[in-house]
Formats: sequence, structure tokens, C-alpha cells
Amino acid sequence: MRQIAIYGKGGIGKSTTTQNTVAGLAYLGKKVMIVGCDPKADSTRLILHAKVQNTVMDLVREKGTVEDLELDDVMKIGYGDTKCVESGGPEPGVGCAGRGVITAINFLEENGAYTPDLDFVFYDVLGDVVCGGFAMPIREGKAEEIYIVCSGEMMAMYAANNIAKGILKYASSGKVRLAGLICNARKTDKEFELVSALAAKLGTQMIHFVPRDNQVQRAEMRRMTVIEYSPEHPQAQEYRTLAEKILNNKMLVVPTPLEMEELEDLLMEYGIMEAEDESVVGVAEAA
Amino acid sequence: MSDKIRKIEGITKESTEAMIADALSVYPEKAKKKRAPHLGANDQAAGSACVKSNKKTVPGVMSARGCAYAGAKGVVWGPIRDMVHVSHGPVGCGWYSWGTRRNLVTGINGVTQFAMQFTSDFQEKDIVYGGDKKLKTLLAEAVDLFPLAKGISVLSECPVGLIGDDINSVAKQSAKELDIPIIPCNCEGFRGVSQSLGHHISNDTIRDYIIETREFAEPSSPYDIALIGDYNIGGDVWSAKSLLEEIGLNVKSVWTGDGELEKIAATHTVKLNLIHCYRSMNYMCKVMEEKYGIPWLEFNFFGPTKIRESLRAIGARFDDTIREKVELAIAKYEPIMQAIIDEYKPRLDGKKVMLLVGGLRPRHTIGAYEDLGMDCVGSGYEFAHTDDYDRTSPEMPDATVVYDDPSEYEFEKFAHALKPDLIGSGIKEKYVFQKMGIPFRQMHSWDYSGPYHGYNGFEIFARDVDMAVNSPTWKLVKAPF
Repeated sequence: MRQIAIYGKGGIGKSTTTQNTVAGLAYLGKKVMIVGCDPKADSTRLILHAKVQNTVMDLVREKGTVEDLELDDVMKIGYGDTKCVESGGPEPGVGCAGRGVITAINFLEENGAYTPDLDFVFYDVLGDVVCGGFAMPIREGKAEEIYIVCSGEMMAMYAANNIAKGILKYASSGKVRLAGLICNARKTDKEFELVSALAAKLGTQMIHFVPRDNQVQRAEMRRMTVIEYSPEHPQAQEYRTLAEKILNNKMLVVPTPLEMEELEDLLMEYGIMEAEDESVVGVAEAA
Repeated sequence: MSDKIRKIEGITKESTEAMIADALSVYPEKAKKKRAPHLGANDQAAGSACVKSNKKTVPGVMSARGCAYAGAKGVVWGPIRDMVHVSHGPVGCGWYSWGTRRNLVTGINGVTQFAMQFTSDFQEKDIVYGGDKKLKTLLAEAVDLFPLAKGISVLSECPVGLIGDDINSVAKQSAKELDIPIIPCNCEGFRGVSQSLGHHISNDTIRDYIIETREFAEPSSPYDIALIGDYNIGGDVWSAKSLLEEIGLNVKSVWTGDGELEKIAATHTVKLNLIHCYRSMNYMCKVMEEKYGIPWLEFNFFGPTKIRESLRAIGARFDDTIREKVELAIAKYEPIMQAIIDEYKPRLDGKKVMLLVGGLRPRHTIGAYEDLGMDCVGSGYEFAHTDDYDRTSPEMPDATVVYDDPSEYEFEKFAHALKPDLIGSGIKEKYVFQKMGIPFRQMHSWDYSGPYHGYNGFEIFARDVDMAVNSPTWKLVKAPF
């Protein structure tokens, strides 16, 4: 069983990429489980054709304690026999979403969700690793392979580099490795080159460049992956290719994150960022 | 302050410093450097602190300290008897702080006092989704079940601070809806270096939510006082109160032993605040002094010598009627005290005692031991500040060892060197020293005895000390050193 965690900046398309990739793996005959680690609980809707799945934490709240919960209550089967679980959690501003992830994953472990027939477990994690809870999927004995979804946009690259820093921390004490960047293209300038260059600097690869195509949105409106909605469409083929690349990927590295200056140099090199003019810093318009 | 310097035979500045150096010698460099300033030899003539204090405990050593929640729940808020005190968070903090301090109360349980365990009993779901809704329900249920409660305190445990439960807004809203004072206290255990911050936070909440919100029913008199920082351990408040009343004073409220919320709330009209535990309540004394012009006076009711001094100091703040009654009381009780001393002193004379306790006892009880002929050869606090050590120096014999937040190791090491006949400290220390063959009294809770305060208390104190020191048990135990 390979356990894979998907990280990346909020809104970059982690959930969409994860589900389409998982659909690709299922298409190739692999048994997969998706564990959504985001209180928004939108990591499984395309696989289940559902609005929102009952989450582990929602049911814990309903029933009172974790001990009252059964695995069947929270695990649903979707496209290609893919098992789906959402950790769930509070609305923004209250409680502790990170603890929700920990509680949910502990529950899955204790109740035998990790069956030997599974080829892959995918953790789709909230954008920012804001606390220990969101690092739960990459702790000892969990995901050892991490893919970072990013694009050629500046903030997505910053986020990717920050996540690489987090991975470095865990890599030094455990087996977790960076397995590649997935470029979810936003059609920015020199996007392919820029993300490839960032990957090289991080010591990893851009495992696939997923071009932008509105077919993804058309499928999403039907709560489906592209692979299920239109298996013949070229975009479906892109995700199958990504799935195959992941299936065969052997390049697992301890990342070499960039210093802020290095990263900015890289962005300037590709014209994403202007060189800073120190003389204007802190000077108001009227001055 | 005593005008002559007291010496103990065999204890010099050099011997104490050598003993400290020996204790420190086993520590790694960093720990040694951190601990060294917290241990010192008393300079009685200087009369000021000889140690550093109120710093973070050195990691790796066993400390006797508590946490901010303990300071709020166990010390300041918990003893107020006519309130419901809610431990907000998982069940353990509330459970293990329930009734363990022996802050005795009068009244009928569930009617005029609520010495029960109220907790929001956090489960996983409360951590993840927040405990604010549960708190709101709990507050309504508490008022429903116990409509005679005069108020509710909400005492935050650690997780509440971590997940950011907004107890202040719940308290505000529920107080309005339920028409009862609800006081949120952000005393999460991880805040500060010891329980001391919990005292301070609790004082601040009394200032912000309680004081000046009620008035006393009866008209005021020039003899109205409040007893501050006495938590009625083993009945101390009752003993002190009866003595204060005997000298003509009206004890209008007690903070907070056997305390009543509405009387505490009306304390802004008293004429003098008498403070027993300076550490835990000096904050509110200073607030009441600045805001309402109420002077405050520290006093000590342990042992006849200190009682006499304190009664006269209190009398000096009032007119001749009070002063006369003070002298009458002293004249009445001193022969009784002398009889007690005559009985116990021959068996205790020259015996040595070491102390490690909390707020005021490491200095306040020294006089009572001395009345019995005993010498204090070492003293220290769990959570004191510099001003406490300043007040301790004149009470302790010269060159004796002062230890701030000592580790178990240091305390044991000093006991080995000084060979005391009695150690007065807490439950965590009790069995260690008893196994070493040293008589011990649990001096946080008066070891299930008390009161020790006032004239009534001295007889019990003398009996207990004699019982511990002269128990035939110790002749049957051979200490391994």
C-alpha cells in the first residue's frame, strides 16, 4: 500500500486534481482510498457524485463520542470501487480543525480502514499546514510520498516552497519524501518552464503539467471526474497519464527548499516579479 | 521585624553556601547556572530577598508547582461557597481540584453552598467544534438546577485557550439571559510560570466583574473590615474572624474562604483590608486602596507572639475602644497560650524545622514554631515573588538556607545536610521524607487538621507538631543515612 498526501496552496485545485488522478488509478484497476483532511469536506464529491459526504467528525458530534462510531457510517464507495472518507470539522473561527484530522485518522486506523487490498491511500489536505493536525497525514507510518499541486502563479510557488520546508522537517525524522510537483496550469507566462525550474531547485521533478481545460468544470458541475464524465476527452487522458506517472514514480527525495531571496531571483528570472526598488519602500503616495 | 540577629548553632553563611554548592554540583552546567540564583543564605540584617524567584521551572527537575488554573480554581475562586464554579475543559482538572484544598465551608450543599464538581467535560467533538455551545447549555442547566447560586465562575482549562473558545462572550450573553453574574476567567494552565499568574488573573476578574456591584444591607460603621486572602484551610477563617470580632471589628466579608459573592462585591465600602495571604490577593488590596482609598494591613495570626504583634498593629489603625479590647484579648489569652507552651515546649525545644509551602506559610508560621522553642533552618516557596522573599528574610534566622521552587533533589539534599526534626511541606513531599525517617506535616491542608490560625489554632498546631516530632514511630525507623 502506498500512502500519498497532496498539499498545495488553497484554491489551487488539490481536490479536483486528487479525485481525477484517483479516478485515473481506479481506471487502471487500482484500489484506492481517499481521506479528505479539510473541514470543507469536498475531497470526495466527484467520486461519490454527492454534495457533501457525512464526515467522521460530524457523526462524532451527532453520536457523542468517537467510540460510538462504526466504519461503515463514514466510509462510502464511489467510482471504480474507490473508498471515500472525510474527516470534517468545524466552521471557520471555532474549535480546532487540526484535532479533527487527528481524531479522524486515528479512528480509521483503529477501525481497520487500511485494508491490505488497498493499493493507494490519498490524503487531500487543507491548503496551509497551519498546525500539527494538518501534518498528521505525514507523520510516522502514514503518507511517505508527497505531491505538491502548484501553478506558475507567484503565491502558489511560495506555498510550494513553504510546504517543501515542512516536508524537510518531517523527512529528517522519518520516511516522508517529496515525490514531485503537479502543475495545475493557470495559463500564466512561461508556466511550464518556471514550475520545472522550481522543481529542479527543490531537488524534485514536475511530474506532470496538467493543462487548463474547461472540460474539468463541465464534469464538476455534474459532480464527476473528467475520466468518468468523458473518458475519451483529451483532458481525461492527461489525468490517466498523471496516474500512470505516479504509479511508476520512483523519484522520492528529501527536498532542498529555497531561501526567500533565491525564490524571488527565480521569479524575476522568469519575469513573474519585478526587481525591488528600495527607494520607494515605505513612501506614501502624497509624499 | 526583630531587632536582633538570630543565629543557629552550626549554621553559617559559609556552611549554607557549601551545602548549596554541593546540591548544585550534580547538575549540568546550564541547569546549575539557572538554579544557582534561586538558592541562597539568608542575610537577616539586610532583610531583603536573597534569591531570584518567579521564573520558569528548569526542565527536567521535579517541581512542586501548580498551574494558572490551579491558582484560579483552587485558590481564589473555588472557596467562594455560594457560587457554581465551572471547570471548562476536560474532566480531570476539575475532578482533581475538587475539595482537595480543605477550604472549609458552611451552608447547605446545593442550597447555600455549591462545593460540587461542575465541568463541561470536553470530548473530542468539543475540541474540534469548540466548547462554547456546550458551555452555554451548561450555564443554563446550572442555573436551572441550582437557582439559589449567586453567580457562576467559568475557569478555563488549557484546551480552551488552544482552540480559542470565546468564553468571555458566552459569559456576557448568558449572564444577561440568565440574570446572574457569570465571570469568565482566562486562567489556562499553560499561562505563566506557576499558579501565581492564576491568582493575578482571578484578582483581575474580581476587579472587572465583581467589586462594587453590590452594597451591604446594614449601615456602615467605622469598624468595618474585610479579611483578605484567607481561604479557611481547616477552618482558619472562623478562628481569625472570631478573634477580630472579639476586639470589636465587623468582618464584613472574607476573600474568599467560606466566602459569599455578594459580600465580596460590596467590600469597596469597608474601612480596612486585613490581608493574610499577600501573594494571592495583594493585587486587589492595591486596587481597593487606589480606587476606594481603603488602606490594607498584613497580619499574622500564627502563634501568640505574632498574634500579639498583629493585634496591636490592627488596634493602632482604630480608636481606643478597639485598642482596649485588643489588650483585654491579649490579657485573656496569653495565660492560656503560656500553658500550651509550658506543656509542649519542653518536648520541642531546640528542634529544627524546614518548610516548603505556598503563599505565606514559609514566613508566617516561623513565629509559631519559635514560640514552641523550635528553629526554622530552611524555608522556601513554590511560587513566591521578590516581595515575598523580602518579607521572609527578617523572619528567618541568619544564614539559614532559602530555596525558591526547589527541585525534589535539592530539598532532599538540604534535608540530608540539615537533619531537621520536622518538615512542613506538601503531599508530594510527604512520603519521600517520611520514608527517610523524618517527621512530616502536610502544611498546605494542615494535614487533615486545623485550624492553626488565631489563639484557638495555636493549641491544635502545638499538639500536631508535638505529635509528629515526638511520635514513637520514628524510633522504630532507621534512616539509611
